Amino acid sequence: MAARPESAHPASGGGLLGWIDQRFPLSQLWKSQVSEYYAPKNFNFWYYFGVLSLVVLANQLVTGIFLTMNYKPSSAEAFASIEYIMRDVDWGWLIRYMHSTGASAFFIVIYLHMFRALLYGSHRKPRELLWIFGCLIFLLLMAEAFMGYVLPWGNMSYWGAQVIVSLFGSLPWIGASLVEWIRGDYYIADATLNRFFALHVAALPLALVFLVIAHLMALHEVGSNNPDGIDIHDHEDAKGHPLDGIPFHPYYTVKDMVGIAGFLLLFSAVIFFAPSFGGLFLESPNFDPANPLQTPPHIAPVWYFTPFYAMLRAVPSFAGTQVWGVMVMGASVLIIFFLPWLDRSPVRSIRYRGPIYKIMLAIFVVSFVVLAVCGLKPPAGIYPMLGRVCTITYFAFFLLMPWYSKLDSFKPVPERVTGHA
Amino acid sequence: MSDEVDQGRRRLLTVATAGTGAIGVAFAAIPFLASWKPSARAKALGAPVEVDASKLEVGQMLKVVWRGQPVYVIRRVKSTVDAIGGHDDRLADPKSDDSTQPDYIKASGPVRARNPEYWIGLAVCTHLGCSPLGAFEPNNALQVAGTDLGANWPGGFYCPCHGSKYDISGRVFKNMPAPKNLTVPPYAITADLRVAIGVDDAPKTVS
Repeated sequence: MAARPESAHPASGGGLLGWIDQRFPLSQLWKSQVSEYYAPKNFNFWYYFGVLSLVVLANQLVTGIFLTMNYKPSSAEAFASIEYIMRDVDWGWLIRYMHSTGASAFFIVIYLHMFRALLYGSHRKPRELLWIFGCLIFLLLMAEAFMGYVLPWGNMSYWGAQVIVSLFGSLPWIGASLVEWIRGDYYIADATLNRFFALHVAALPLALVFLVIAHLMALHEVGSNNPDGIDIHDHEDAKGHPLDGIPFHPYYTVKDMVGIAGFLLLFSAVIFFAPSFGGLFLESPNFDPANPLQTPPHIAPVWYFTPFYAMLRAVPSFAGTQVWGVMVMGASVLIIFFLPWLDRSPVRSIRYRGPIYKIMLAIFVVSFVVLAVCGLKPPAGIYPMLGRVCTITYFAFFLLMPWYSKLDSFKPVPERVTGHA
Repeated sequence: MSDEVDQGRRRLLTVATAGTGAIGVAFAAIPFLASWKPSARAKALGAPVEVDASKLEVGQMLKVVWRGQPVYVIRRVKSTVDAIGGHDDRLADPKSDDSTQPDYIKASGPVRARNPEYWIGLAVCTHLGCSPLGAFEPNNALQVAGTDLGANWPGGFYCPCHGSKYDISGRVFKNMPAPKNLTVPPYAITADLRVAIGVDDAPKTVS
């Protein structure tokens, strides 16, 4: 059999790197994915949140592994083992606060990352699959965060799990047995905690990492969008490099370092000075151990779930079932997946869109924030009605999009990216 | 022997092999999925529990754990029991048609109890499983968990999670998040007020 020609390994030189390159495409990967991956040169502030979510993911993985070394996933020991980590393990408090603050930070950067897509049309063709991978990551992250919140086995952990697992009970026919199957007992019990632990530390992180890789591969296949929402590959130089593109390394690696430093400054400030963030990141009932006989006076999920929770509560039950609220909440997440096909505007970026989209996007953001507040508040006074109104406007943003995005006016799109040359 | 590849045969064999493999995977998945069901130990711990309700004063409540869920045993004020049928028009399911309870409880009418003075039921909100708080006093301006229970409060339960209100028989009011009345488990109550939760007939006591 003939040896493969050397030209199959264009990067191969001598030494250790050459030895590796003959056996693994290391130089080739570095070039194609980093040093010769051309990104648009007009990235702005909004383009930090992708790399920041990678930073937070790494933070969660590392701190999570170290927490596992002292945490006991049993209903008898879980709460005490968290207190043990907080009080007796050297630097345990820091590792735990990095993990718990990291959970909230994850959702902050992911929400801003998704909002960036709404601003500049990053979900539009040909980036639909990239968007879907991202939505799957978001979905998995919600499951991961929910199960992680159960692990400390505080009273809010317990009753939060009770409420969320009960959601499945509203499904017709299979509901009751499905809930029993998820819990592994007739109530939220030791068996439930143990399987949530397994999913939280092994199954879901694995799936998350795979999806993140798929997300990045899809991104590097289609190329990054940019604030002007135009394709930089329309204008290339003689070597086939986009005129408005710059290599990811060193230009964006260095720029991202600055963003990461800024983020870590804020992140550390929360960890050191306000780790529970006034009850938003760590709720006060969770400093009591789980008590199956005593519901906390007011159950609210952690802040990042409250917009969806408010939509669940906004729908009253009728026909003897409350499955409708569950369906609305499920739809509020699933509808995000369909965004690339709902948007019919001829332009991607908000810079060249007309007033209707700008107004709808503003209404959407306000609805989302108001829903988040409603979900934190007890279901009394103005909040149920406010929740209903905002549920309608939340869905209107998506469901009316095929019409208003088409009706909307738009400005001519430039040939080349704008901004500082 | 022919050099020709029989594509049809190759395809059939490929599909048959893959199909057999898929069936094997489906069967292999059963033990993993079934391992999530309540274990033999969890089932054994779901046995009936017995409590003595004879020491309860009027207006007092006992919390009992049955299958890990809170069960309330309440000795009701007689005047509240007498007035129980008076607000049926404000209830979502006054006759408990859509709710869960043994037949003998449904047959007992608005009191939903084997002994009208004692109400026994699961303290699990039919909305999302929170534990409703007792607010037994009929009162027009009763405050529970920061919420005004409103005019004509006949006494009952208030769920702090999503604001569902139930009357003193666990019957849910209209337009609440909760779709059904509080569930009444099977139970037996003897003349000397020994309650057995989880069974329909009182176990024979050795005295």
